[in-house]
Amino acid sequence: MKSTDLELVYEDLAMALDAVEAEKRELFLAKLALLLAHEIGDVSLVRRHISDACDNLDV
Amino acid sequence: MRPAGRAETDSLYFDYPFFNPPTGKVRLELTIPTPVAIVGAGPIGMVAALTLAKEGVRSVLLDNKSTFNDGSRAICVSRSSFSILERISAIAPFLEKSLGWTTGRTFYRGQKILEFQMPDSPNAKYRPMYNLQQQYIEQFLWEAVAENELIETRWQSEVTAVEDEGEGALLTVTDPIETYQFKARWILAADGARSSVRQMRGLRLRGDNYEGRYVIADVQMDHDYPTIRRALFDPDCRRGGTILIHKQPDNIWRIDYQLRDGESEVEAIKEETVRSSVAAVLEEIGYTGEWELEWWSVYSANTLALDDYRDGCTFFIGDSAHIVPIFGVRGLNNGLADAENIGWKLGWVLNGRANEALLDSYTPERRGATLDVFANASKSASFMTPPSPGWLLMRDAALNLALSHPFAGQLANPRQMTPYTYSESPAILDDDPGFECGPVPGAALPDARVGDLFLSDQMGCGFTLISFDQDFANQFDETGLTLCVLDVSSVAADILNAKTESAYLIRPDGHIAARWKAASKVEVMRSLSVVAQVRKGKN
Repeated sequence: MKSTDLELVYEDLAMALDAVEAEKRELFLAKLALLLAHEIGDVSLVRRHISDACDNLDV
Repeated sequence: MRPAGRAETDSLYFDYPFFNPPTGKVRLELTIPTPVAIVGAGPIGMVAALTLAKEGVRSVLLDNKSTFNDGSRAICVSRSSFSILERISAIAPFLEKSLGWTTGRTFYRGQKILEFQMPDSPNAKYRPMYNLQQQYIEQFLWEAVAENELIETRWQSEVTAVEDEGEGALLTVTDPIETYQFKARWILAADGARSSVRQMRGLRLRGDNYEGRYVIADVQMDHDYPTIRRALFDPDCRRGGTILIHKQPDNIWRIDYQLRDGESEVEAIKEETVRSSVAAVLEEIGYTGEWELEWWSVYSANTLALDDYRDGCTFFIGDSAHIVPIFGVRGLNNGLADAENIGWKLGWVLNGRANEALLDSYTPERRGATLDVFANASKSASFMTPPSPGWLLMRDAALNLALSHPFAGQLANPRQMTPYTYSESPAILDDDPGFECGPVPGAALPDARVGDLFLSDQMGCGFTLISFDQDFANQFDETGLTLCVLDVSSVAADILNAKTESAYLIRPDGHIAARWKAASKVEVMRSLSVVAQVRKGKN
């Protein structure tokens, strides 16, 4: 993905997260995670991403 | 529980019989030793007695009640259980009365997100699942037990002590007339989740309890909907909860609804609360007619089992050995498989055809099946009743996404019909690496159309050899094996991945003991003696 495309996704996500009600943000992100995982289709890759996303949360 | 004014067995549609304790001349024979004492005359105990009788073995069946179990309890009888009922020649009334089904529908907030079919095909003799109230299950089995001369049933007879004595045990029994003792070589404990035999032997179930609590209610109503299992997630009438709806014969509908966190159980099982909760569910599914409340109970999911299903001369079968969550519909079905499994093995040992070592295969096979149910049921339970915020969020995300993307709905598929393959059992041999596919040793033999009948119709009472070459089969004429010769170009041969030289050895319970891509008589007979622990000169 080009860095300009990633920027686009980043902005869309920010706007979508602002648009949904605060208590629905988690649900939205979980749905998105399932959708993207299904699209990727490679279970070990997805599991690696889950593990990566857990890193540094307490920094 | 039943509505106010109605006794425990005062059903809207079922007449509970009343059984007396043994009277008259039979009392003179109460203390005669028996090969097998079966404690508990529920469905599991009765199937064990009928399986033993099929092997020609006598048994004494004891129950502390004067009638069948009250209420409906188990309602889903699986295809594999129908095969067991067929093998003990009790199938006819079940086929007549029960409602077969293959389809499930899952709804989220009132919208259908999944319709699934359980595996079924024209090659299967029976449907994947049948709904039938437990009291009918008990009645139909009782009809077979009552007319079987090898089974002596003693109602209102409570086993109050079990002591080891020599090769066997001494049972103390109290009935309304007296307390007496008799000896049994073997004991089958089929006395349910609160097994008193288990307590008397000082054994405990171990495992996990789950959070979710459900009320189970049976309702009689003239509701026009096919026999399809409905699961309602997060419905309007019960936000955050889950509801299951099953059709049963006699216009009876089973409604399971989940209690909310903090909802008092005492309050929830009051008749007025049950009535208003059921009314809300019926409104949700668009039923507006009359209905009557038959029976209700409260339930929470557990996965509990004994470490060993055998304790000396006592074998535990059914709920006395394991308690599984209802979502897997394996409580009754697993118990019936326990009963048949120990039944044929004990029969072979008592008939002197097999060594006692055959009995060592009972725990690994049946406890293995229980642990497999635990794994599946735990998955179901965490979807039906998410145990923590993470599980709840992902469950809700899957359901919500399924409204627009059907793939996510598959996460709600309960997959109740995954058949279990025995492994690590001394009564199952290693697979022949010559096979590319087909059912492995330990698996239940799949069914297939054979002419106007099915493959399962050709299985014998004992071991059966499936061959694809008449000349090969002829060599086994004097062996006592039932011979099933199939055309090598048949559907069955294809399902079994067989060529002309191939053979399958099938156990009395329909599980595959061994298979050979290219079989020899010596190898078949050697395997039979290993699997069945056959005594010399017998088979």
